[in-house]
Amino acid sequence: MKRSVVLVVLTAIVLYPLVWMLGSSFKSPQEVLNNMSVFPREFTPGNYTDGWSHFDVAFGRFFLNSAMVAILTVVANCVSCLLAAYAFARLRFRLRGFWFAIMIGTLLLPGHVLIVPQFVMFKAFGLVGGDWPYAPLIVPQLLATEAFFVFLMVQFMRGVPRELDDAAKIDGCTAFGVFRHVILPLSRPALVSTAIFSFIWTWNDFFRQLVYLSDLEKYTAPVALTLFIDSSGQSAVGPMFAMSVLSLAPVFLFFVAFQRMLVEGINTTGLKG
Amino acid sequence: MAVTQAPSPAPTAGPAATRRRGRPARHKSDGAAGYIFLSPWLLGFAAITAVPMLMSLYLSFTNYDVLSDWSSTEWVGLDNYRQMFTEDPSFWHAVRVTITFALIATPLKLAAALGVALLLNKAFRGDGVFRGLFYLPSLLGGSVAVAIVWKSMFNGDGSFNAFLAWFGIEGKAWVNDPDYALGTLILLAVWQFGAPMVIFLAGLKQVPQELYEAASVDGAGPVRQFLAVTLPILSPVIFFNLVLETINGFQGFTSAFVLSGGTGGPVDSTLMYTLHLYNKGFTEYQMGYASAMAWVFLLSIGLITVVIFRTGKFWVHYSDSED
Repeated sequence: MKRSVVLVVLTAIVLYPLVWMLGSSFKSPQEVLNNMSVFPREFTPGNYTDGWSHFDVAFGRFFLNSAMVAILTVVANCVSCLLAAYAFARLRFRLRGFWFAIMIGTLLLPGHVLIVPQFVMFKAFGLVGGDWPYAPLIVPQLLATEAFFVFLMVQFMRGVPRELDDAAKIDGCTAFGVFRHVILPLSRPALVSTAIFSFIWTWNDFFRQLVYLSDLEKYTAPVALTLFIDSSGQSAVGPMFAMSVLSLAPVFLFFVAFQRMLVEGINTTGLKG
Repeated sequence: MAVTQAPSPAPTAGPAATRRRGRPARHKSDGAAGYIFLSPWLLGFAAITAVPMLMSLYLSFTNYDVLSDWSSTEWVGLDNYRQMFTEDPSFWHAVRVTITFALIATPLKLAAALGVALLLNKAFRGDGVFRGLFYLPSLLGGSVAVAIVWKSMFNGDGSFNAFLAWFGIEGKAWVNDPDYALGTLILLAVWQFGAPMVIFLAGLKQVPQELYEAASVDGAGPVRQFLAVTLPILSPVIFFNLVLETINGFQGFTSAFVLSGGTGGPVDSTLMYTLHLYNKGFTEYQMGYASAMAWVFLLSIGLITVVIFRTGKFWVHYSDSED
């Protein structure tokens, strides 16, 4: 009994900032701050339309950009990490152990360390700031650099019985055939986890998008949100909350739909949120 | 066909290769196929990780600024490093802020995670709902939107002060006060205790119930049971979370960027290391200097990880390595 009271109080504290944000997105400019109530006294849905067209470029554009980056990242991660994981988990070749150790090592490498030279490199290739400035955000994902997902899929594939591979080989399958007919269809759960986490992380990512996107037209939602802080002014606060709510919506919907899976993904692999 | 114990020196095609386990010859080693499947990763490792790292090591000894031509780039030796350690007070500020942040936020976050995990450990109706709700901030926490909410809550006219006013306490502009701005960042990090909590919960499920029964037969109360049974058995999980969250802590960027408007202010009080690195490289275009900072960062994180692993020997208890 006592425990449930503690839990309810804790939940209220933990959820308060999110609920307050939602409430504030409907508050009028006069009451948006200094009102800790989550209920707006004066219901102001106009914040959403104001926020949507607050900058020269409509916010929808930023969401589209974000969605494109996230979806391309999902596809790229799923394909490239699956190929690498199959090699590591199932195929025998020289230096496999060595490469696997290197792959695990890259798990611990902070992304911030690589951002400077990667930027220099992508710039040298003319991929920074062009018509399609998203290449530096997508190319690394095409090349299985997200070691977390390679590791996750390796762990998953190790659970698939080897007898299936052997049976397929006896039926005349090559390594490619085994991949196509055995591993690929059975890897669906691991692919779904990868897809969901890829999407959420990319959607929330800020650092890399901040570095590579410099043209307002090309901004993603998180980069665009920071514009509100610069433009500040009391009148922009409501719209800022409104757009913040919208930018969290996709992640929240994923959370509602896959809550169980996300939590289990965390505790089996130690993925970070 | 002869079955020999000694492995053939080099896997060759043909009947000789079928010796082991009687599998068809061409499946014994997947040599070429292995490298074909691995090629995207290999290329990625070389082009996106290894070469850039070597390049950044080289750049850290130059005055490269990304704007001008390569030809005007000069080798400056250890100058960037010397400047960093002796002439850039902001660098030391950033180091201090980052260490303070990691030293306070990580233990608080892990304590919150463990505490709530203990509360949720016994199955009861609705435990899954609580688990999910506590995990939600971890999923959203790194986003710009949440940092914006935080900034608004801890502003001078934010809702946190309205809350304090209930108790007759007069608040202040927390995010604009050099003494408290970092504190709000720490609170934000602690708020995201959900991910380590979930890992703790998985660990708590592994604790054998017999041990608690044995302990209570011996007259141990809940506190003593926690110290003598739960903590030792959970220590590998605590260790895992500690390593993960410490590395995470050192990399904090988004919230510091948003709360300070990218400046690391007020008075450098929220200048996280990565934020200083970003500003040097991408606002001031001192790419050489930023590269040097990146290498110092990498070596420091490596060193800290090694230190945690070393100390782990004294307090991490692996049940399969003892009796």
